[in-house]
Amino acid sequence: MFGPQSSSFVMYEEELSQINAVLEKLLRESNSKVIFLVDKNGQLISSVGETEHLDTTSLASLTAGNIAATGGLAKLIGEKEFSILFHEGEKDNIHISIVAGRVILVVIFDQRSSLGLVRLRVKKAGEELARIFVELAQKTEELEKAGNAQSPFAEITDDDIDNLFK
Amino acid sequence: MSFINYASREINCKIVYYGPGLCGKTTNLQYIYQKTDPTAKGKMISLATETERTLFFDFLPLALGEIRGFKTRFHLYTVPGQVFYDASRKLILKGVDGVVFVADSQEERLDANIESLLNLEENLEEQGYQLEKLPFVMQYNKRDLPNVTSLDELRKLLNPDGVPEFEACAMTGEGVFETVKAVAKQILMELKKGS
Repeated sequence: MFGPQSSSFVMYEEELSQINAVLEKLLRESNSKVIFLVDKNGQLISSVGETEHLDTTSLASLTAGNIAATGGLAKLIGEKEFSILFHEGEKDNIHISIVAGRVILVVIFDQRSSLGLVRLRVKKAGEELARIFVELAQKTEELEKAGNAQSPFAEITDDDIDNLFK
Repeated sequence: MSFINYASREINCKIVYYGPGLCGKTTNLQYIYQKTDPTAKGKMISLATETERTLFFDFLPLALGEIRGFKTRFHLYTVPGQVFYDASRKLILKGVDGVVFVADSQEERLDANIESLLNLEENLEEQGYQLEKLPFVMQYNKRDLPNVTSLDELRKLLNPDGVPEFEACAMTGEGVFETVKAVAKQILMELKKGS
């Protein structure tokens, strides 16, 4: 499902609400400000917390770029990847970790929390998220095999596409 | 790799602008950014050096509207064109859905175009993609300059497969929207086929 041959990464409502429940719980238990989940290509999957004043699309893209760049550094020194990154600011800090080898979990927190607490809670949430993504991958694969994975784009016409550009 | 989100009814696709240094990739994105309705675009991000050369990438999210109840969003990226930034270029190609090659039409940049196109093919292959199988369009930029290579010759050297091609002047915006529309259309047609 996640290889370059696969055409799309699909998210369903059921899995997204499970993911959001895990993220909400992590937000509470880690006393953090904002949490978001990004796929390695820079697409935002979900975000919870104080996101109103945040440009989450840009954050998602830069996070993925950051993970890609550190991944490149890791390979140069013979590591598979660096699974945790931490950026410390004057007020806010960012904790970035890779979940299930595929998605990126980003936690933004301030002095109300601590790096130790965030690391502890992220570890547990990461395991739950990994389980959801494994199930999601199986579901997508099964639907594809059964021929039920009908894309919403199966019946689009040239006119539909042209209308986008008017 | 496009991201189809049934929960938020959104589809996200990634377009990468490739080409030799100073060919006008960032200028393409800047023009699209300037001319797009503020509600349809996000912030443009440029990770550039002090001299405005792209260091890692430029990023512009673009919302095109709805198809069959799904919001379509395109994420436009440029790569750094300079030869020695190859490691960064490879990273940006990850998960790409469509490629625009921006060629610099000036005679003295002909070799740089060919080298960059070969580099694109190599880097895609490393990630398991084949350029022939990807949505791909060719843009001949800087057609307004006096010392340009003829279209016939550019076509022969850079576009032997005859993918959709556009003459452009990214500074004034000529050909810019035609190019992005053509690649977006190919991506949507791919999604239709791949379903």
